[in-house]
Parts: sequence; structure tokens; C-alpha cells
Amino acid sequence: MGPVSAHPSPTITLRPHRCTLSVPVEIERPESSEAPFEVPEPDVPWVTIVHNDPVNLMSYVSYVFQSYFGYTKDKAHQLMLDVHHKGRAIVSSGTREEMERDVQAMHGYGLWATLQQDRA
Amino acid sequence: MTGQFEPLPDGGAAAPLDDVEISILRSLAVQLLELMGPGVEPAGGGDDSDDLLASIFSDGPSEPPADPVLARLFPDAYGGPDLVPDDDVRAASAEFRRYTENDLRARKREDALALVRALDALESAKGGAVLRLNPDECRQWLGGLNDLRLAIGTRLEVTDEDDGGELLRLPDSDPRKPMVLAYLWLGGLQETLVEALTG
Repeated sequence: MGPVSAHPSPTITLRPHRCTLSVPVEIERPESSEAPFEVPEPDVPWVTIVHNDPVNLMSYVSYVFQSYFGYTKDKAHQLMLDVHHKGRAIVSSGTREEMERDVQAMHGYGLWATLQQDRA
Repeated sequence: MTGQFEPLPDGGAAAPLDDVEISILRSLAVQLLELMGPGVEPAGGGDDSDDLLASIFSDGPSEPPADPVLARLFPDAYGGPDLVPDDDVRAASAEFRRYTENDLRARKREDALALVRALDALESAKGGAVLRLNPDECRQWLGGLNDLRLAIGTRLEVTDEDDGGELLRLPDSDPRKPMVLAYLWLGGLQETLVEALTG
């Protein structure tokens, strides 16, 4: 069993201000894995962060982590404790679109969640 | 004992409620529905939803709601407490909100409506009734109860340090007292419902 899988792939989105088309300009090196010009951190995965909240019950937060993410009781409990004691915990990672889905789901449950690019 | 859920063999849960509790719960759920509105009100709380059909196909708002309760129920997706939002973060939050807030409002309305429907279906006898929920209803109730607690907790400005402590010691004359009691009672109801589903 590996670490939480993060698929660092540049994603194409139809939303205008994010649309990043990276076209290789150096035609003599089409196989090159090096980006010919700067693309905004395509390999840095996004993460969903759940923030501490004085209202949400600890048992409910654990329940949400289990039922939405399918985490084991132990993992869900540990993440909940991280949220409670450290003020926040990374609960998932992946593409921006995946994290937007997770954040929307967390808001549906009433948890306070945000997504950001993981620069750690 | 009232105000506590017990697990049912079918995966659902049941709780005895007296007439006063039923009435308070229903009133709170209706107030939350009224506060959330029809789902496409402009930021700051609009009133008229003259064209329901058009509203279904329209984008959601891009600004966070002005009401603190609604702002808590529909938070920004980018930023958070540790990040000073710059223009990019604000723009990303606005865009996310435009694409998702209507759905989120619809879900929360459904959860609150599930509470009202189940309460209205109760046949009260001898001053109370036993609320029986199937597993799907349990999940909606969990969401609905949590939204109610978020709403009341935000109004009461509950903080971690309080942890019920300061609020518990409020004198009976304090105007917040009834809301505090409702908040704590809802907490017990939700806690036992979580236990019934996971225990």
C-alpha cells in the first residue's frame, strides 16, 4: 500500500482564465521532457485542507472522513484529531478538479474546507 | 430518554421526541430554509425569485453571502484562515462559487426539508412521538442537524474556548439562553445519531 496517490498531470480546463496550453516550441527536441518555457507548476499536486471549527462534533468529522473518503476508522480519527489539535489537516490530494470535488463535498457535509497547491 | 437516537436493526435510527422538541426542531429547520432562500438570491440576501425556470440555468453568485451564517454554510473554497487572500485566490473562490453554490444550496435545502417532512409525518400521542429514520433519512438528518448547529453556533459566536462552558453558565435571564439550550440539545441529538450509524 503506497502513499496517498497524487497524479501530477497538467490538467486542461475549459474555464478561460486557467486554460494553459503548453505547446512545445523547440521542434528539434520534440521528445524532451523539459518544459521549453515556464508552465505554472504542473507537477505540484493540489490538496484539500479541512480547518478546525468550534461547532462541528469530533465524532461527526470522523464520520464524514470515513463515509466520503472511505478511510478506515483509525485514519479518519487521526485526521480528525489533527484538525482539532493542529487547526487543519490535509485530507486528500490530487488534481485541482478532484480537489474541487472534495471541497464541494466537504462543504455539503458542513465542514470548513479549502483547496490549494501543496507547496510543502 | 428524549433527544437521543438509538440504532435500529435495519441500519436506521429512532429517537423519542416530545411535542415541544418536535415544534422547536421544526421551527429551526423552517427558519434555516427561509434564511437559505431559493438558491439564487444575490449576495447579501435578495427577496424575489420571479423566474424560477431561468434561475435553474443561471450561474450562482460569485461573492460570499453577507450573513455570517450563510457565509459559514457556503464558505470560500480557496484561502482559509492561514492565507491572506490575494486577487488570484479571490478570483478562484468567486469562480468556484459561481459553479457550485446553487448545488450546495439545493443539497442543504433538501436536508432541511427532510427534517420538516419527517417531523410532519409524526403522529403525536401522549405529548410525544417516536421518530424513526431509515438509513438514507439518517444521512439527511445528520446533514440537517449539522447545518442547524452551524447556524446557531455562528449566531451565538461559539468559539473553541467556550466549548459549551461559558455558554452553559449563562444566567437564565440572558436572551441567548434558549438558543444555547437548543444548541446543546441539538448536539446531543446529532452525537447519538452519529453513534447509531457508526457504533
